[in-house]
Amino acid sequence: MASTIRLQSEDFDVAAETAALTRGRVDIGAVVTFTGICRASEAGHDVAAMTLEHYPGMAEEEIGRHVAEAERRWPLLGVVVIHRHGRLVPGDNIMMVAVAAAHRGAAFAAAEFLMDYLKTQAPFWKKEERRDGSAWVAAKSADDAAAERWAKALEG
Amino acid sequence: MRIVYFAWVRERIGKAEETVDLPAGVATIADLAGWLSGRGEEYAHAFADPKVVRAAIDRHHVKADAPIAGAREIAFFPPMTGG
Repeated sequence: MASTIRLQSEDFDVAAETAALTRGRVDIGAVVTFTGICRASEAGHDVAAMTLEHYPGMAEEEIGRHVAEAERRWPLLGVVVIHRHGRLVPGDNIMMVAVAAAHRGAAFAAAEFLMDYLKTQAPFWKKEERRDGSAWVAAKSADDAAAERWAKALEG
Repeated sequence: MRIVYFAWVRERIGKAEETVDLPAGVATIADLAGWLSGRGEEYAHAFADPKVVRAAIDRHHVKADAPIAGAREIAFFPPMTGG
């Protein structure tokens, strides 16, 4: 299966990435894309900008391990994961996942699986610039719970 | 051994990476975090709540009881907030 994993500071074009995923293919019947976008408000406070720090080397490898796991679980025909790093302002793209499969079920499930794992396992950290200074974003227990349900699904 | 730090762990310690010679008896991630905590206030601050700090050995997530023998690079960082 063709997979693309890119970490970059520059923006990406979801439409172009999706088109590249399906170009010349007649076996793909479904593409699910998710785009994460920087918000101006988080938990009641204004966010002027955020800076994304990552662990070079491990970030790519960790995403690659989850893409490989998704491929073991579902019959996928292509995956694209792009995650930006550096300073982003509200409205900017943060990351995208695109999953191609013959049918929608596998594409939806694999895209959600990848997002749930990337949130909790890929080594990225967000620091927000707020009116009263800057602060690291705290991890959410809801994100941990979302990732854990896939482990339970595997055991069950 | 090369140790790298990220996000607020890096900020509290005041450096992104360093190479250290470990004394005998430092066998696991938890041992290493404990030994680092004794190196100064900035380290004690970073590891004040050791359960919160995550670790990786050679770019793989590990738990606190993971042995560090043979590791080339150990990383300490807060829970991840990407995506």
